[in-house]
Amino acid sequence: MGAYAIKRLIWLPFLLIIVTFVTFALLRFGPGDPVQLWLGQHQNDEVRERIRDQLGLDDPVHVQYVRYMAGVITRLDFGESFRYRGQPVRELIGKRILVSLQLNAAAIIITLGIGIPVGLLAALRQGTGWDNLIVAIALALQSLPVFITAPVLLLVFALKVDILPTHGFEGFFSPHIVMPAVVMGVPGIAIVVRLVRASVLDVLGQDYIRTARAKGLGETTVRYRHILRNALIPVATSFGFILAGLVGGTFIVETYFGIPGVGLLTVESVIGSRDYPVIMAFAIISTTLFVVANLVVDLMYPWLDPRIRLGAGYAA
Amino acid sequence: MLPDRSGPRAREHGHAQHLDTDAQRLDWSENELATDQILELDARPARGHSYWSLAFRRLARKKLAMICLSLIILMYGGALLSPLVTPYDYRAIDLESTRQGPSLAHPFGTDRQGRDMFTRVIFGLRTTVIITITSLLGGTLILGIVLGLLSGYMGRWVDSVIMRTGEVMSSFPEILLLLIFVAALRPRLLTAVQNFEDATGIDWIIRLGVLDFAIISVGLAIFGWFGMARLVRGQVLQARESQYVEAALVMGASTAHILRVHVLRNILSPLIVSVSAGLAGVAGAELVLSWIGIGVFPPTPSLGRMLFENGSVQVLRNHPHLLLFPIGTVTLLFFCFNILGDAVNDAFNPRTR
Repeated sequence: MGAYAIKRLIWLPFLLIIVTFVTFALLRFGPGDPVQLWLGQHQNDEVRERIRDQLGLDDPVHVQYVRYMAGVITRLDFGESFRYRGQPVRELIGKRILVSLQLNAAAIIITLGIGIPVGLLAALRQGTGWDNLIVAIALALQSLPVFITAPVLLLVFALKVDILPTHGFEGFFSPHIVMPAVVMGVPGIAIVVRLVRASVLDVLGQDYIRTARAKGLGETTVRYRHILRNALIPVATSFGFILAGLVGGTFIVETYFGIPGVGLLTVESVIGSRDYPVIMAFAIISTTLFVVANLVVDLMYPWLDPRIRLGAGYAA
Repeated sequence: MLPDRSGPRAREHGHAQHLDTDAQRLDWSENELATDQILELDARPARGHSYWSLAFRRLARKKLAMICLSLIILMYGGALLSPLVTPYDYRAIDLESTRQGPSLAHPFGTDRQGRDMFTRVIFGLRTTVIITITSLLGGTLILGIVLGLLSGYMGRWVDSVIMRTGEVMSSFPEILLLLIFVAALRPRLLTAVQNFEDATGIDWIIRLGVLDFAIISVGLAIFGWFGMARLVRGQVLQARESQYVEAALVMGASTAHILRVHVLRNILSPLIVSVSAGLAGVAGAELVLSWIGIGVFPPTPSLGRMLFENGSVQVLRNHPHLLLFPIGTVTLLFFCFNILGDAVNDAFNPRTR
């Protein structure tokens, strides 16, 4: 276990370097000379060359990359936005990322908070009407991507039932977060329900459950200590997958509900103005968060499932 | 000799009970057949009782899945033949009849420029269809199998490079990297293709959206190959260790024969499962990219683009048909993909039921 964790931690910076470098090189290779954009109409080759030279834009890509990353790591300096001229990307992103993180956290709470108990219920009532109903609803929800549920719920709540605000964002504990978080959480609920149902059914057939019941443990203890705990391991495994799904949802939900987060900022940066420094910063920050989240989940397996600690194959 | 003995019994029990029949036949063979006949039984299963026919029969018994399969075939067929089945040109602007509701002349109504929505939805489906086919063929089938074979067969550093690359790529949200990939490369490629068109006089590459299809398919293929490659690699490694492959080698079988018979045949069923399960994911990725504005560019119609353009409360209030028909189509398609994917998984992986 210790060796595995160390191996993963050593691998982490390499992973980040590879991804950030590929992103950086792609965007540098992309179109749009930033100096040209700054100068706008004033075409003057001499001035342009001088600025390019000052900024080091003619250096080889890896030199530029090292300089950029040094700025990011030491000063959290992501450069200046193309679109909002002169404004550091850090300022643009800083507040918005907190908004997006709160929204994502709320979506995850909804996904797990509804998905796990409902999946457990379906499995414990296997074969009954409840089970069939839950499975059917989960399948239907899975077929409803965010860009479909968002406008439909928006229509219902903005036009017909005026009980929830549908625009803007006022913090984690305001009713504004409910609609967007539900919309983002829904596709994940379907996945979690199906996962939990399948793995609870799997666990129910295991010998240790029979043993637990045979030795006279109460049904509640069996359910929560033995069944649920073991059944949640696959959910932890696919947590990364659920997170990846949220990234796409962030763009769409923030745009629909007018939430000033990084998703909306990125959509605006891509569509309107090709604001590469902003896209770059978004890519670096979200891949880093993503990799770290996956690592944390991986390192939590042994705590969730003590058998893994003994598994020699796992450390290899 | 075998079909003669097992055939009548199988027919007696009917198809619905083929599993029981199968089990009975095995018991029966152990009791009554001589050793050499048992060997033959293993080598050549009775007609109609192979793994494949059983799997397909299990699939065919699921009515909902069959309905979904027919709908998918219908939608794919209609989309591929879109110029033939649509009543209008998808670019035909008619400013006299904008934003009309559904009518006989325009079953899905018309959009803000008076273009027929039915035609545009079908052409939007065509975009989805082309991209699912090309990226699954290119990514899962070609890249996945070739890299998996290479990785498993060559071993050593080739294996390490391919597997580590795949792990890196699959550990990130693909939408994000696709966004960067498209945003960075498309303008350059567009210029290059424009120069090429000017030089050669060909004028349809950009007009028909071929460039967009190619960029997105390649992008999705780059992120879609790893699962299949890992599967193929595993099969190759397993085949290497197995005694039957050793026996085949001793008997003089060529590498190509071993790969074809002992490796590729074993991955056919996981391949079918992963393709049918991956359809919704690939279609969804294209929709999100087009929605964000970097997928398929106008004038090529895309359902994602339609959802974006018409996805406002104002449109919903005043002209709901502009959003509801594209949404209905997408939902139906995704629903069918999911039901079929589930049914295929059940039918081809009976153990996981």
